[in-house]
Amino acid sequence: MDLNFTPEEQAFRAEVQAFLQEKLPARIANKVKAGQRLTKEDQEEWHAILNARGWLANHWPAQYGGPGWGAVQKFIFDNECAVAGGPRIVPFGVNMLGPVLIKYGNEAQKQHWLPRILSGADWWCQGYSEPGSGSDLASVKTTAVRGVDAQGAHYIVNGQKTWTTQGQHANMIFCLVRTDREARPQSGISFLLVDMNTPGVEVRPIRTLDGDREVNEVFFTDVRVPAENLVGEENKGWTYAKFLLTYERTGIAGVGFSVAALEKLKVVASKVQRNGRPLDQDPQFAARMAQVEIDLENMKTTNLRVIAAVAGGGVPGAESSMLKIRGTEIRQEILSLIRRAVGPYALPFIEAAQYEGYADAPVGPKEAATAAANYFNYRKLSIFGGSNEIQKNIISKMILGL
Amino acid sequence: MNFEHTEDRRMLADTLNRFVAEQYGFETRNAIAYGDVGMQPALWSQFAELGAIGALFPEADGGFGGAGFDVAVVFEALGRGLVVEPFLGALVVGRALAAAGTPAQKEQIVSLIDGSTVAALAHDEPGSHYEMARVSTRAVRSEGGWALTGAKAVVVQGDNAQLLLVSARTAGAVDSEDGISLFLVPADAAGVARRGMGRIDGGRVAEITLDNVHVGADALLGTEGQGFATLELAVGWGVLALCAEALGAMEVAKKDTLEYLQTRKQFGVPIGSFQALQHRMADLLLEVEQSRSAVINAAAAMDSADRVERERALSAAKFTIGRIGALVSEESIQMHGGIGMTWELPLSHYAKRLVMIDHELGDEDHHLARYMALG
Repeated sequence: MDLNFTPEEQAFRAEVQAFLQEKLPARIANKVKAGQRLTKEDQEEWHAILNARGWLANHWPAQYGGPGWGAVQKFIFDNECAVAGGPRIVPFGVNMLGPVLIKYGNEAQKQHWLPRILSGADWWCQGYSEPGSGSDLASVKTTAVRGVDAQGAHYIVNGQKTWTTQGQHANMIFCLVRTDREARPQSGISFLLVDMNTPGVEVRPIRTLDGDREVNEVFFTDVRVPAENLVGEENKGWTYAKFLLTYERTGIAGVGFSVAALEKLKVVASKVQRNGRPLDQDPQFAARMAQVEIDLENMKTTNLRVIAAVAGGGVPGAESSMLKIRGTEIRQEILSLIRRAVGPYALPFIEAAQYEGYADAPVGPKEAATAAANYFNYRKLSIFGGSNEIQKNIISKMILGL
Repeated sequence: MNFEHTEDRRMLADTLNRFVAEQYGFETRNAIAYGDVGMQPALWSQFAELGAIGALFPEADGGFGGAGFDVAVVFEALGRGLVVEPFLGALVVGRALAAAGTPAQKEQIVSLIDGSTVAALAHDEPGSHYEMARVSTRAVRSEGGWALTGAKAVVVQGDNAQLLLVSARTAGAVDSEDGISLFLVPADAAGVARRGMGRIDGGRVAEITLDNVHVGADALLGTEGQGFATLELAVGWGVLALCAEALGAMEVAKKDTLEYLQTRKQFGVPIGSFQALQHRMADLLLEVEQSRSAVINAAAAMDSADRVERERALSAAKFTIGRIGALVSEESIQMHGGIGMTWELPLSHYAKRLVMIDHELGDEDHHLARYMALG
């Protein structure tokens, strides 16, 4: 057993570090490190930089514009990016739809949509959840009825999607729609690509508890979708949906983001004083920090073990549920400790300080400006992408056989 | 033994709960809590008329209650409604006045009870991180009184207050209990600068700087250099109040989550039929009852003449509430799923309040260490 990266992998890591040093804009990295909110332009800028290097869709096969990396390289890349303050890649087009189209899309769809994902011509969002469905995706009620008119074959879509992250920026949405109401729930679902500029599509923001507006409801009223936007076969969408979800959970452990957050925690704890000494020398707080650091070290190795098991190709199966559960718990604990570390300064909330360009004097340590809001915002980690409870059900069923 | 509240306290609780439900509904509350003022003077007056502030003080000080359980009953009701009005300042400053004030100073309690004066404790400082004896603000004798210079951090409702209770060092090392003096400072005194801002859980806080602020000799509360005991007592009342407020908020979060488990269907059945969630809800119930016991212990201890006994019960309660408050908040959001993350659902605001109570008057780490140190 050798827990070290191979010389090739170490060389790759150095290459990634050099790239980040040179190409990741300091302005964007500073915002990420400060926990400030990114604009659409920030995210598009970073995508374009990665795409120029051929590293944007880093788990796509080379023939479609991916770098042809294995799981270990992808892990190294994701971690180095996160530690350097690189924004999370907006996953909907690159990490979710892309693999579905590559595996199940027809040639015309691949030719048309994949290059547009890479170039940023389309901003995709996800139309999976509905009010009342949550993690029970097979219960989707949004309907798509097939018909033919003078313009050709099409679907008429009616219904509502929710929790559509960054849907306010998107021009395209991939949807699970019900095309057969008679079949059993999983059998009558289709996977449809919908242009959000079509008449009848309406996006309404949902305000989250921290005051942010990054999730949305999307309403469909008699929306006409060309039949060629159906991915794969009609009524077989459940297969594609499940395939996409395994990709959604890959990388959701977010080890790199936790490493970066832990670094930030250490900085705050070294600056803040309690009882006349830095907080990181306070026995209680230091113990809490040490515990989460140990958890994270273990998590890194667990993550690498899962990756090594699938190094031959493909994506992790039910093991990704372990990564999702523990990875999100660790990240939430670190964010909780950052909130605790700033003490009473967690209370003030200045909306403008969540954004770039806030010029007033900080209130308390500068990390305090976003500490509580980020803590609250990232409660979502254990809810989205299939709640942690659902992940435990998957582990019980798929790994334990219960 | 009898764990029932007296008839009078039950009536007070009923009256307050009804008033809060009718006048301080969710939409109204949020408009006040996240508005520019962060309180509602008209409603504050009505709370005073109802006797909600008077219940915090004994008859000798012009109130009609003042026992630990009176304070607990009031703040539990405020917690149920997420009331952001400046009750905490009235209680803490009023109890400090009652404990150490001259007859003339004590007269100000009347204006706290009738709601005409909003008061705030200006004690925490940048870098004090809940430590009660760490005071850098200085007071030096000046002509006919004192001159105060320093900075006070995160003063609750500090920009709405007319009266500030300011701690300042007149002697001693920066972290010494000896040498702390307390001063009653009009918020509009020359040299007082306030930077007010909203809180993440609603209401207001202010950063306050004191630049050579002159006050008269009659501004000194209690004996020069001996303010720590008064401060500790007053803060103790505040700790009890926050714990009771948290209990009220926990009750609502628990009730809302239970209703959600009973009504929300997934996979064709109410999610409350899943054993995994049943056990978590059972844990939550158990923990909330532990919190209730902690509040009862703290309220009862307020009447104790023994300082250590009282302060240990208070720190035990604040530690308990801090730990369980975060748990109830996080579990309630998680069991609600995405909807628990939304602004439109009252639960998310209860969750924020529960977590933020831990950031006021000492967090769970602080109070656990303090409990141990008190022996």
